[in-house]
Amino acid sequence: MRIFRADLHIHTCLSPCGELEMSPKAIVNEAVSKGIELIAICDHNSAENVTAVMEASHQTSVTVLPGIEVTSKEEVHISGLFNHPDDASSMQLLVYNHLDGKNDETAFGLQVVVDKDGTVMDYNDKLLIGATNLSLENIVQAIHDRRGLAIASHIDREGFGILGQLGFIPADLELDALEVSSKVTLNETQTIFKEYRNYPFLRSSDAHRLSEIGRGRTPLMMAAVSFEELKMVLKGEQGRTICYEEQGI
Amino acid sequence: MTLESITKTLSLKMITVDQNLSHEITGAYVSDLLSDVMANAKEGDLWVTLQGHPNIVAVATLKDLSGIVLVNNRQPEEETVRKANEEGIPIFSTDKPAFEVAGELYMLIKEK
Repeated sequence: MRIFRADLHIHTCLSPCGELEMSPKAIVNEAVSKGIELIAICDHNSAENVTAVMEASHQTSVTVLPGIEVTSKEEVHISGLFNHPDDASSMQLLVYNHLDGKNDETAFGLQVVVDKDGTVMDYNDKLLIGATNLSLENIVQAIHDRRGLAIASHIDREGFGILGQLGFIPADLELDALEVSSKVTLNETQTIFKEYRNYPFLRSSDAHRLSEIGRGRTPLMMAAVSFEELKMVLKGEQGRTICYEEQGI
Repeated sequence: MTLESITKTLSLKMITVDQNLSHEITGAYVSDLLSDVMANAKEGDLWVTLQGHPNIVAVATLKDLSGIVLVNNRQPEEETVRKANEEGIPIFSTDKPAFEVAGELYMLIKEK
């Protein structure tokens, strides 16, 4: 086992607020250059670019997990990370069925669907910046139904973070991890959020541009880079763990 | 003015069981960020929001709020209603937006 650097919250050019430079190969190259070996693609309410980034990572040192960052009706962001892109697509279908509105490209930005080479395949016209009418509980359940991991995004941010929107984390909500932004260190999570220390904490970049990739990252002690290993980390199984003290990594 | 007269004047629809309506209401608070309500609402306030998550009951209980008004025809989740009945927090709904509810409440409470 060894420590792997992970950044489990990265947007692509599909997110309206994501820069166009966030193309599959550029994201993978940036991760490689920063020594990050596990990333997850979590665009707002869509997973249409996950396969392209996964393909772009073939024969590189980076493993890409398919994900989606869903906006609940309470306007809380919850990320679902999956083992297989089909599970992310199935989650996306549920989200699309509960998401109204059309994107206004001038107001919110382009939503570009690309292939692994960054060729434009389509422009998504849904209002991805909007909120679904799914409750937090529905979303966590739907992620688990698809064998995914449900992570509360950037809980240190007031807007769209679970603590800002809902004041506290409902005790019966079965989140697999809590995520903080780069503004908080993993070590600090243990004091700032001490009432939630029974949850594993992940620190991620929430990158919307290339330079932001890896600004928040989590050192994970694992035997290999895979979804199953990450799951073991979050459950603290067989020596897999989050290295809260490893500030430099 | 009591909560009961306010609900009648504003034609609020009662969602929870008929209890705790005799409180004298002297203030209200309008916010959809529950963390903000926890920080800034005052004891006895009537809370105007569009959030229907069960956490609203916990926040209202914690802050000793008199009741919750859900605007824009928003409906609370079943669990929210169950908890509210248990905790004795009255929840109402209205098809009016928060601006109108706040305006009408202001006239009733503050202009007296």
